[in-house]
Amino acid sequence: MIAGIRIGPGVRLVTMILTALALCLGVVLGSGALTANAATTPVPTPAPTQSGDFTNTYTITGILRDGDTLVTGAEITVEGGGFSEVATTDDTGRWSVVVPEKGEYTVTLDVDTLPEGVALRDADKSTATVAADEWQVNTITRSFPLGADTRQTTGFFEQFLQRLAAGLNFGLLIALAAIGITLIFGTTGLNNFAHGEMVTFGAIVAWVFAVLLGLNIFVAMVIALVLGGVFGYLNDWLLWRPLRRKGVKLVQAMIVSIGLAIAVRYLYLFNIGGDTKTMSVGLSDVVVLGPVRITTGSIISMVISIVALLLVGLFLTRTRIGKATRAVSDNPSLAAASGIDVDRIIRIVWVLAGALAALAGVMLALYRQVSWDMGFQVLLLMFAAVTLGGLGSAYGALVGSIVVGLFVELSTLFIPADLKYAAALVVLIVVLLVRPQGILGRKERIG
Amino acid sequence: MDWGNIFGNAVGEIISPTTAAYALAAIGLGVHFGYTGLLNFGQAAFLLIGAYAFAIPTLAGAPIIVAVLSAIICSVIFAFILGIPTLRLRADYLAIVTIASAEVVRYIVTTTGLTDFTGAANGLSGFKGTFAAINPIPQGTYGFGPFTYNEYDWWVRIVGWALVILASVLVFLLMRSPWGRVVKGIREDEDAVRSLGKNVYSYKMQALVIGGVMGSVAGIVFILPRAVQPANYTTGLTFFIWTIMLLGGAATIFGPIVGSMIFWVVLSLTQGILYGAIESGALTFISTTQAGQIRFILVGVALMLLVIFRPQGIFGNKKELSFSV
Repeated sequence: MIAGIRIGPGVRLVTMILTALALCLGVVLGSGALTANAATTPVPTPAPTQSGDFTNTYTITGILRDGDTLVTGAEITVEGGGFSEVATTDDTGRWSVVVPEKGEYTVTLDVDTLPEGVALRDADKSTATVAADEWQVNTITRSFPLGADTRQTTGFFEQFLQRLAAGLNFGLLIALAAIGITLIFGTTGLNNFAHGEMVTFGAIVAWVFAVLLGLNIFVAMVIALVLGGVFGYLNDWLLWRPLRRKGVKLVQAMIVSIGLAIAVRYLYLFNIGGDTKTMSVGLSDVVVLGPVRITTGSIISMVISIVALLLVGLFLTRTRIGKATRAVSDNPSLAAASGIDVDRIIRIVWVLAGALAALAGVMLALYRQVSWDMGFQVLLLMFAAVTLGGLGSAYGALVGSIVVGLFVELSTLFIPADLKYAAALVVLIVVLLVRPQGILGRKERIG
Repeated sequence: MDWGNIFGNAVGEIISPTTAAYALAAIGLGVHFGYTGLLNFGQAAFLLIGAYAFAIPTLAGAPIIVAVLSAIICSVIFAFILGIPTLRLRADYLAIVTIASAEVVRYIVTTTGLTDFTGAANGLSGFKGTFAAINPIPQGTYGFGPFTYNEYDWWVRIVGWALVILASVLVFLLMRSPWGRVVKGIREDEDAVRSLGKNVYSYKMQALVIGGVMGSVAGIVFILPRAVQPANYTTGLTFFIWTIMLLGGAATIFGPIVGSMIFWVVLSLTQGILYGAIESGALTFISTTQAGQIRFILVGVALMLLVIFRPQGIFGNKKELSFSV
């Protein structure tokens, strides 16, 4: 009997690996074109040297841009050794100052001349210095990294509201993906460590269609949603169903999902490369809502997340399949005994989880950018959210996600920003200490 | 292709200090998972703690014995911090919490606020002096064929593998002692052991500490031939150690050692062959960077196939280790 069952999954697995390899080879041929296309972003070129009074001209130059937007009309002052000159960035964002000698200079960006909504990424770095011993070349470049306006000119309360909005956005985004994790856990008992790769999948699909092929972002979002669902289905059909048939234990399955995550993640890296892709789809306009500054992309992302979450909620509570899903989640054997096709429900859950994860991936790509390990970076936060809410509970996942999202963003008010994820994970550990079943989990689930 | 060189490098991996460090970490993980059944997905944190707790005192001028003790003590403390909230939880909760703690520790050593202590993203270097100072081997180059190294490299290898043997003997003795039988009982059926009046929580904690100390010593061996780089301690490191442990067999004495040797020899071979094929023009459609990535795709696929088709590993006994959950 065992031998008979083993052949099926074996063939499936081999098919899966072959498909994966074929996919990777296929995309490799196209990836040359992809990288070529992605590399056409403007590169700062040294300003043409002007022949002036100086036998050798020495220039300090640079280019100002906010993401892909070139900043024009900003004023930059170069001072040093009694010399002072103000340069204005032209319509390609370039500025340059010809200086009289190889000396020490201070380069200052006048922050007030920056356009509305653009600010220095690090507000303290509006000046840069040029040291005398740097003049090995005739042209020296100084750049001022720009980013979203995060100036601390506002009071604590405004900062708090700002972070609250960002946290809510991030929390909703995590919730989209986390509901998939919790549904899969509820119906199959599997902790899917490859869920982050489903998120990345959505982001990469959206990037390919919206940026490389130039489609409208909303069209790309729908394509990502559909392909994400297909991806989820393939996951179940090629791997998890055969493993369920084979009777693979849960811990074993969890380690399989880790192996899958490693393989798929490096497949992405293999195909799209390790650099971060900019998702410039024109949704970065800043809207001011009272004290809160927020991008249109974030607003759209929050609205879409809320609508998607409401739809999932309605699906789970109002439709027959949704009710069947909750029944399987509660007790698979009992559900099967009452005539529910458990395998079909699990398949639907995988499609739903794949589609939601892909949607979350698109949102994440709008919120940050696209990179090969972006999903893996948020995977632990998603697990933290699911565990906080109580494994297997869909509402718990929502609550947990918002707690995690808010905590990640609000913690930056008190601790360095590079520790914000650590803070969220510490909260997870602390909550497990006092309430191991999670916020909304039921006590008997812990065993 | 220079086959001699490719095979030479691959054979050299058998006794490399990196192989020893991974074997040591896998032995520790074997105590956690193979014998006690603890799903520790944070073994990278123990290596990280061993590395930093050794490097920071050394850079502050402490003698080597103090640095090693500091690494061991820090890992014991970390094991307690990790164990107290999680060892009462179900296995999959433990997995998530350990992986989360490992990331927390990595975020902490990478944060720019602690640059003076940890070097932030740049890590630490220049801590080899005290270890090199107690090297009894006179200066020179020794060995034959692919095993030709200078005195420091031999010293690292000798110490690394001596520690691996020491740990293996310790695990062998522990597991045939009454303590080992209780721990294996916990893996098989926690409730049954509890009903015999054993304090399961305490035994699990002891296993976590023992495996964790082995992990932190592995962390020291791991950094002796290189610098401390926080980027080395991602969850990827933990998963590699898992692959190594499962490859050889989780609940076996020689499994982690042979698993580590096979893992590194195969990685070195595939890298050598792929790079050689690319340089000689036989493979034109991938770059050397991508060849490096193919290896990780293979690691992932190997881990999946291993767990599905041979969960007990190469040496394991299927009855000894069946995934109980």
